[in-house]
This record gives sequence, C-alpha cells and structure tokens, in this order.
Amino acid sequence: MSTTVIEQHKTTSALSATGLRVSTVTGAEILHGISFTLQPGRILALVGESGSGKTTAGLACMGHFRQGLELTGGSVTLNGGEQGNLLELPEHQLRTLRGGEISYVPQDPALSLNPAMRIGEQILETLRVHHFGDATAERLERVAEVLAEVGLDNSRSYQRRYPHQLSGGQQQRVGIAMAFACRPAVMVLDEPTTGLDVTTQAVVLETIDQLAERHQVAGLYITHDLAVVATVADEVAVMLAGDIVEHGSTDQVLFSPSHPYTRRLLRAVPDLAGKRRVGEVEAITGEHPLVVPGPLGIPDTTTATPRADDAKLLPATVAVREQESAPLLQVRGLALSYGGHKVLNGIDFELMEGESIMLLGESGSGKTTLSRCMAGLNDNYTGAVELSGAELATGTRKRSAGDRRRIQYVFQSPFSSLNPRRTIAESVGVPLQMAGVGNRRDRRAKVLEALDQVRLGGSYMDRRPGELSGGERQRAAIARALVNAPSLLVCDEITSALDVSVQASILDLLRTLQSETGMSMLFVTHNIALARHISQRLAVLQKGRIVDLGTTEDVLTNPQHGYTQELLANVPTF
Amino acid sequence: MIAKMIFRRLLVSVVILFAASMLVFVATLLLPGDPAQAILGQQATPARLDALREQMSLNDPVWQRYLNWIGGLFVGDLGYSAATGGPVSELLGERIQASLVLMGLASLVSIPVGIIVGTFSALRRGRPLDHVATGFSLVLAALPEFVVGIALITLLSTSVLKIFPSVTMAPPGEAVWAYPIQLVLPTLTLALVVTPYIVRMMRATMLEVLDSGFVEMARLKGVPERDVILKHAVPHALAPVAQVIAIQLAWMAGGVVVIEFLFRYPGIGSALVDAVTNRDVQVVQALSILIAAAYIVVNLLADLVGILTNPKLRTEAVR
Repeated sequence: MSTTVIEQHKTTSALSATGLRVSTVTGAEILHGISFTLQPGRILALVGESGSGKTTAGLACMGHFRQGLELTGGSVTLNGGEQGNLLELPEHQLRTLRGGEISYVPQDPALSLNPAMRIGEQILETLRVHHFGDATAERLERVAEVLAEVGLDNSRSYQRRYPHQLSGGQQQRVGIAMAFACRPAVMVLDEPTTGLDVTTQAVVLETIDQLAERHQVAGLYITHDLAVVATVADEVAVMLAGDIVEHGSTDQVLFSPSHPYTRRLLRAVPDLAGKRRVGEVEAITGEHPLVVPGPLGIPDTTTATPRADDAKLLPATVAVREQESAPLLQVRGLALSYGGHKVLNGIDFELMEGESIMLLGESGSGKTTLSRCMAGLNDNYTGAVELSGAELATGTRKRSAGDRRRIQYVFQSPFSSLNPRRTIAESVGVPLQMAGVGNRRDRRAKVLEALDQVRLGGSYMDRRPGELSGGERQRAAIARALVNAPSLLVCDEITSALDVSVQASILDLLRTLQSETGMSMLFVTHNIALARHISQRLAVLQKGRIVDLGTTEDVLTNPQHGYTQELLANVPTF
Repeated sequence: MIAKMIFRRLLVSVVILFAASMLVFVATLLLPGDPAQAILGQQATPARLDALREQMSLNDPVWQRYLNWIGGLFVGDLGYSAATGGPVSELLGERIQASLVLMGLASLVSIPVGIIVGTFSALRRGRPLDHVATGFSLVLAALPEFVVGIALITLLSTSVLKIFPSVTMAPPGEAVWAYPIQLVLPTLTLALVVTPYIVRMMRATMLEVLDSGFVEMARLKGVPERDVILKHAVPHALAPVAQVIAIQLAWMAGGVVVIEFLFRYPGIGSALVDAVTNRDVQVVQALSILIAAAYIVVNLLADLVGILTNPKLRTEAVR
C-alpha cells in the first residue's frame, strides 16, 4: 500500500478513490488498495505495463468489474462525496451515474461502438437514458453540438453513418463524443490512442486536452505510453503489479523520478533524438560512429552515419561500400493490388549486407504486404525481388530451400506465431528439420545455440509458449528465425504487442545479434521513435509508395516529403 | 443498395434452382426400371408398352423431355402421375399443404423458444438454469427423432396420460388442420428435435456478443440492462442463428419421413418414398424440385437476416 498521498489544495475533488482492492473470484489480488484523486480540469495519467491493473482500476472507478473480478475493498466518491460511496450504490443508481456523471472512453473504438447502430443514434442513446434535455429535439441538438466539439462533421448525413464507415481516428472521436455528451464531471480514458497513427493520435489528444480544460472535466488517462503522458497529463501515477509506486506532477515523475521502476520504465522509452540508451546498446545518432559488420561478421568501422560536420566523407564511404559488396537484397518495381485497390505501387530499394533498414508506415500503408512479398509469403506480386543478384521466385513454394533459409521472418504477435502445443525446442527446430539438417542431436545442439543467442538458454527448451511471457515468446520466435543463420531477418512490427521495457530488451537483442552475425535486417514498424535505436537507413512508406528513403539521420533531420514532415511533427516527445 | 443485393441473391438462387432441376432430371433418368413397365406390370405386351412410351414421350430425346418438363413447371403443370394417372399437382396439393402446416407450426414453436432459452442460458452462464438448458438440449440433440416421437406417444397418448391422439386420421379430402388436436404430437416432436440446435447456437453466439466491447460500452454508458440485451446484444447474435434455423427448416421441408410415418401424417416425405417405390417419375421430379426450392428459399431468408443485422454487408460495395 505504498501509495503516495498528494496534499489536496483544491476544495472539492471530482473523484476520489481510496484503498481500491480488486481480486479475481479465485482469490488472487489484482489491485492492492490503490488511492488517487481527480481534480476538475486536470488529467491524471495512470501509467503501467500490461497486467499492472490500470484498466481494472479505471473500470473500478465506474463500479464496473470484468468477468471473473470482484471488489474486495475501498471506496470511490464523486464531487466531494455527496452521493456516498459509488461502489455501494444499487445498480440503478450506479447506472444513472455511468455515462452521465462519469464516462468511459474505450481502448479500441472499432470494438466498442455497436457496428449495427448509426453513430448519431449511439450518442443519442446516451442522452436518452440519462434524460438529458426535455425533448428529442433538444437531444438531437446536443448530438450535433458534441460532434462539433470533438471536431467531427455534425451534419445529419454524417450522423447516419455506421462505425465501419469512419476511420479509426473518427471512430475514437465518436467514442469521446459519446463519453462527453452528457457533460460528465469525470472521464475515464482507457488507452484511447493506442492503435492510432501518430497524426491521428495528435488530433485526438488535442481534443481531449481542450475538452478537459474548457469544460472543467477531470480525466483519468490510462496508458502505457510515457511520451503521450508528457503531452496530455497534469499528474502521473505509476502502477506496478497492482500498486501505485509513484505519484506526482508530470514534470516531477518524468524528469526526476524517485522510484527505481519509474526510472527503468523511462529508460526504456525510445526517443526520436536517440538521447537515451534503450537497453544496453547506444542509440544510433549522428554522434556515434556506426558499427556495420562486414560480410564475414568482422566489424567494419569505416562506415559511419554521416555527421552534419563531416558530410563530405559520406560519398566516399558509400562508394567504397558499393564497390566492395553488391546489395544483398534488391527490390525492383514491386507492385501488388487486390481488385482495383493498389496496395503496393512500384517499390524500389536495396539492402546491403549487414545493414539494417527501417520500413516505416502507418496502418494500411502496405508495409506488412511488402515484407510478406519479400519473404515469399505473398506470391501474387509483380516486379522482382533479388537476393545476392539472383531473382527469387514469387512464392515460398517455388523458392529453393536455400533461398527460403536465407530470408527469415518474425511475426508481429508472439502470442499467435508459436504453436502452443509444441515445446520451444520443437518450434525452433522446425526450420532445421525443413532444411534437412543433421540428426536429432545435431538439431538440438543448434537449437540450444540459437536460444543462447537470444539469451533464453537451455532451460527454455522443453517449455511450451503458454509458460512464457510475451517478451520471452518473441525471443523464442527470433531464435526460430536465427537457427538457420539467415542472411536477412524480416521483423514485422515485432515489438508493437510488447511493453516498452520488453521492447527495449528486444531492440537491444536485435542490435547485438546483428553485429554478432552480420545479417541484414528489415525492421517494419509504425513507431518512428524507434528509428535511431534500430536502423541505419529509413524508408517511409505511404499508400504503397516509398516517399522518403535515406540514412536515418538524413530522413529525421531533413525529411523531403510532406508526409514524413507531418509524422515527425506529430510524434509525442518529452 | 439493399434491393440490389437481394436481387443478386435471387438471381443466384434461380441459377442454382436450374442446376438442381437438371440434376433431378438426370437422377430420375438413372432410376432403374422402365416407368411404362412399372405402370403396366410384368404381363404387358410389347405393343402396349410401346404405345404407352409414345404417350408419355419416353421416346423423345432427353433434352426435349427436359425442356418439356421445365416448361411445364413454369405454368404449374407437373405432369401426370404414372401410378394414379391423375395430375401430379392435384395429387401433391394436399400433401404439400399438410407438410407446410406441420413445418410452420414446428418453427412457430421452436424458433422463439430456441432464441429465448438460448439467450437466458447465456445470460445465466454457469448458473443452474444454464446447466439445465445446455444439458437438456444436448440430450435432445443426441436422440433420434423417432425416439423423441415414441417417448411423446408413450407419455402423452398411450401409457401415462391419454391426452392427444397418436395418429393423424383426417378423412380423405379434408385438410389436416381441421383436427388441431391431431397436430399436437407431430408438431411437438419436430419442435423438440429442432429446438436444441437453435438453443445451443444462440447460447454460443450470445456468449460471444456479451463479451464484446460494445456490450461493455453500452453498460458503461448507463444503458439499462434490458436495452443492453435487446438492442445491443441480441441483434448481433441472430445472424449465425438464422443460418442454423435455415438448415433446420430446410430439413423439415425435405419431408420428415420418420415422423410422418410414426404419426401417419400425410406429408410429402412419405409421398416421395411411395413415388420412388412405384417408379412414379413425375412425382419424384416434382417433389425433388420443390424441396430444392424450399432449401433455397429458407437459405435466402437466412441471408436476408444476416444482411439486415449487419450494416457492413448492406453499405459496402457489392462485389
């Protein structure tokens, strides 16, 4: 119960939660008695990694407990407590508060809006159940007003749209409009921008900020993204395994954290400028010469990312490299369309041996399709993919075993890419089996070697994925890709399902592996902040075209395309 | 948009029906035995057989016979029964009505009961009512329909209670619904056979929907529980259930021979069995195409429910 009590100078708090305890019905405690208060017009960010109980805490404020959870202690009071403990109210009274006094903005609007109801009707329903206004006309007026407040079109025809006819950002703003419709005193925002593109995220964050300020709404902002916290929150509470370990103003927590966990969390946040070290390996910034291993795995220190002051050196070094080594992978005129929809529209780029390139794009930009084409998982593309100068056949089925071995793929979700019925050793051994390597014992030795490479070790060999954490699973998936010593590792959003600290350790691992083995890497992501931590070059993909391509330093400091400039302008930083 | 979509489905249905008609026609050609021989018996002279074949156009090329038959279908002329000599439409008219009545009554009982029990079962997940409903439906689904029928006869008609008659005995020429009490047991049997599938499907989809984000969101919006269930949850659970109902309806439309036999019910199932035994080709063809049409219609209705409950299907470009 190490909760920091903040002295309250304001007269009344909008919401105050004291000693909240929540357990599973089987008795395991999820929240160990946490307390916090929300002030009108201010936003408290509840920060923590997955499983820390932050969503449970947010829902508990609304008297809602998900299947299998129950309240075991604590109280929640609204507006100084005139209605008493919210958690002890009978169901019908609680219902009048929910959506009225205290409202909720869900994490994934695509799942939380009723797909079969027009958006105007969904907002209107909230107003109707809370008897907002006297007549339907007045409520309709409010629907139009609140849509305008969140920056959406409020025409009748727009209100008649269904959720699937809106973009992700628009859906989330409808979610906010719904939560805001009855002018609540408190809003609980559960990771409302996770899954949105940075540009959209910026707009949504601004909307939230404005609403809270203008209408004196108190906000509880649940997130794992510390960069967003810096943008939106006034106060921060850091959660670790069901406890609040640190609580204070945003500046204080982010810039002079006192708890070691907060410091660790902050250290793991990738930043665009590369000032921090994510994990053990230094970020790739202009100030650090880059270690690019040669084809034989010998570090080749002659190639460095250009510094602003010795830009003259760049052409020389590049020229030397091009003479020395032909590109490992060359993509020429790659295009793919589904029906009339062009997913990829003429992609050209090359990848040198031992080089790491980041493929940056938002959802729907075609980045996963592109990497799948290169790996041969999509075979209906036109154009050419060349590996060491030889053109590859289109599908994996048509490629030779050797070609398949040389390009390995790590998938986004370690939760679905490992067969839950196989042990880690079995899963990691599959590529060896397919390549027909040695006997069982040889293969096991190689598997052990690969697991050692990803810092898992032999004790994981006979475990099954269910016993592993997300980060451990992703390491196992990487080991599976490494076991055959590929020339190119394609990493498709491999850290986006993981917490920041795990992400940091995975990035760290990849960098180390790359310099150890000298393989090339294509790192696909939507998170531009990772750029300096992983790649020497950066390709920006938009609507199936590469709009910007250059060294990471060049693209980040001198973006050529308007889209890249917009992305950079919207990245939350602190 | 929605009209266009339904029109497209209808068009596809017509094509399927044509394909079915060809299959039915070819299948009846392949039936062993000669219809003329079947009508005239073993003692028929070759001259009479020839004359009858000529009269029945059996000597025409196959495609011509097919076109004649299909042309007849459009104007309601189903040909003449080889067994009775009368028009097929007259012969089957009553049978079809009787079957439709039974099917209609059974679905009137089973669809609402199935949906309601399934919904409550899902809402009371893990509680006694849920256990009773799932256990009961599992047992019923595992029992063949004649066992259910015999059990009902034993319970309600013969040994235990004597409330309902166990056989249908409408005098010829009178409709089955003139004696409602005779319809109770066949209807009940059919309903008990069909309902468990609807209950189980409704429960499964409802559980899924109740766990979804938008149901949680509706609760967090302060929507009363009744509205959460009726407005947000049930509509989403219906589309998959409609498919199951369609399969069950189609099964019933195909003639539930065992149940008709058990209750001496004059439906199309027994008519079809008789016609096959008698080589009554015209009747077999007429019934087969009718059953095919029923399958198509109920599946079309299920698709329609799917379209109505999912605006995404309605508003996205038809591909």
